Amino acid sequence: MGAWAIAVHGGAGVDPNLPKERQEEAKRLLTRCLDIGISALRSNLPAIDVVELVVRELETDPLFNSGRGSALTENGTVEMEVSIMDGPKRRCGAVSGLTTVKNPVSLARLVMEKSPHSYLAFSGAEEFAKKQGVEMVDNEFFITEDNVGMLKLAKEANSILFDYRIPAVGTCGASAAMDSPLQMNGLPISVYAPETVGCVVVDKQGRCAAATSTGGLMNKMSGRIGDSPLIGSGTYASELCGVSCTGEGEAIIRSTLAREVSAVMEYKRLNLHEAVDYVIKNRLDEGKAGLIAVSKDGEVACGFNTTGMFRGCATEDGFMEVGVW
Amino acid sequence: MGWAIAVHGGAGDIPLSLPPEKRLPREAGLRRCLDVGIAALKAHNHPLDVVELVVRELENNPHFNAGKGSVLTTSGTVEMEACIMDGKTMKCGAVSGVSTVVNAISLARLVMDKTPHIYLAFDGAEAFAREQGLETVEMSHFITPENIERLKQAQEADRVQLDYTQPIPKEVPKEAAVADGDSQIGTVGCVAVDSEGSLATATSTGGIVNKMVGRIGDTPIIGAGTYANHLCAISATGRGEAIIRGTIARDVAAVMEFKGLSLKEAAAYVINQVPRGNAGLIAVSSTGEVTMPFNTTGMFRACATEDGYSEIAIWDSPTK
Repeated sequence: MGAWAIAVHGGAGVDPNLPKERQEEAKRLLTRCLDIGISALRSNLPAIDVVELVVRELETDPLFNSGRGSALTENGTVEMEVSIMDGPKRRCGAVSGLTTVKNPVSLARLVMEKSPHSYLAFSGAEEFAKKQGVEMVDNEFFITEDNVGMLKLAKEANSILFDYRIPAVGTCGASAAMDSPLQMNGLPISVYAPETVGCVVVDKQGRCAAATSTGGLMNKMSGRIGDSPLIGSGTYASELCGVSCTGEGEAIIRSTLAREVSAVMEYKRLNLHEAVDYVIKNRLDEGKAGLIAVSKDGEVACGFNTTGMFRGCATEDGFMEVGVW
Repeated sequence: MGWAIAVHGGAGDIPLSLPPEKRLPREAGLRRCLDVGIAALKAHNHPLDVVELVVRELENNPHFNAGKGSVLTTSGTVEMEACIMDGKTMKCGAVSGVSTVVNAISLARLVMDKTPHIYLAFDGAEAFAREQGLETVEMSHFITPENIERLKQAQEADRVQLDYTQPIPKEVPKEAAVADGDSQIGTVGCVAVDSEGSLATATSTGGIVNKMVGRIGDTPIIGAGTYANHLCAISATGRGEAIIRGTIARDVAAVMEFKGLSLKEAAAYVINQVPRGNAGLIAVSSTGEVTMPFNTTGMFRACATEDGYSEIAIWDSPTK
């Protein structure tokens, strides 16, 4: 029998000026989620159940950009998306445009298991949710004061620049933005809200699973879909590994980042760590992103080319680490 | 090395007994679209423009499952999706849940060119289309009597119909379903490469008959139904859920790169990994090769290369 391993993330791309208390809060949440996952693994829950459980916890906590605490669209509303994938038969489920489903990851799982399809979105997804009897709430439930403030800043920072390689310094008025010339997706890092969440798990039977959940890009156009619900981009799991990505959605899609890790292991015969390094170094070009991954052999790895990534990982032999930088 | 182009009108369980009134208009459509593409390549248009142009033609043709002639959702509505990708820049655009835009592929192109995003869907996509001044019409424009009939049959048979050219027999034992046309799948696509090796791909579809409202298939998912990079451009068709799981389009390029296989070998390899009856694809390489493998009974397809070769086919052997 193999060994289990688990990793969680709360987004790649961290504001270097992030107040210490926020960093500590984040680490506490990541630790709590790891503990939940570890207990579940010790009780022999299959990987797919563990990832769902852990991501539900991350969605429920308003700290990161998923479920409650999601980033806001340009209209000030929340539109959430998730994908989940089960390595053994590569079954998958995804949802986009959710506005009233309390735990998007659980709906994605239901799409995978209770519908004839792999991906449902917007009103069709909400209809399906109603029929499945999942817990539903008003859109306001997901909106936090913090994010209402962030949206204002994002709009002041002239929203998302088309060519996000052009620095916005000089054109934005938000003072917070001036303190952090670091940018992701055209937004100053302080308002970017990259904190998509994800979890990857391999259980004792060597089964891998992955799930990624997000509210998306701050100030995004309504209807914008990012990488998180796209199988192969934000999420992927196969017989070999489970991967969850975070960062600049468009860069992750273009590079089909999550699939790349598994492809490189399969076709170039790299091990997990080599695959993660290779993909981060060679597949992102100017894009900024990070990912967490586990292999069927109980290894765990993470990689990022951003300034920091909220993450935590643990393996059966007692190793545990939570980090930001 | 020279230009090359391929188009498809869907892979699936197209019965060998397909009657002429169903076969001929599709062959004619493929021939016409191929010619449009060839002329555009000869006139040195960029492959991105070529694939968009060709897919627009296919969308406007009511005999294919895209644009006009799209299959219907379980509510009798049309929800179209499309995707376009430029192999050189890796820029891409995708749309889903489009119900009033005459050419979804052009909307996908605008998402790529005019927004910082890659993918817009449903109301957001429709609003963007209007902002951009794209041609929009009443949804009824896309609905054909054939598709209303298909939906009725699918609902009577109480299952999701992946076949869009054959009526569903009332009681078909699973074993006999093979060549009865019960699982044919439709989508349209075009891939092209110019003599400089620039690649592009475009795919467009109405989805599957009787699909749940809000269902998204493989077409708009980069790496699943559509993909292009500096090596090749791919457009896939078939059972969406299988194509997503298999990241088909991405894998062809990955296998070429990592295993050093040729375009033909890589495409065949990837198709063989998918359970029989589920997928087909068209692909061109930067060196002007073209391949159109499928593991279904047939795939409406056509291709041409600069050296004068051209082919239009449905089943294993070319019809001409």
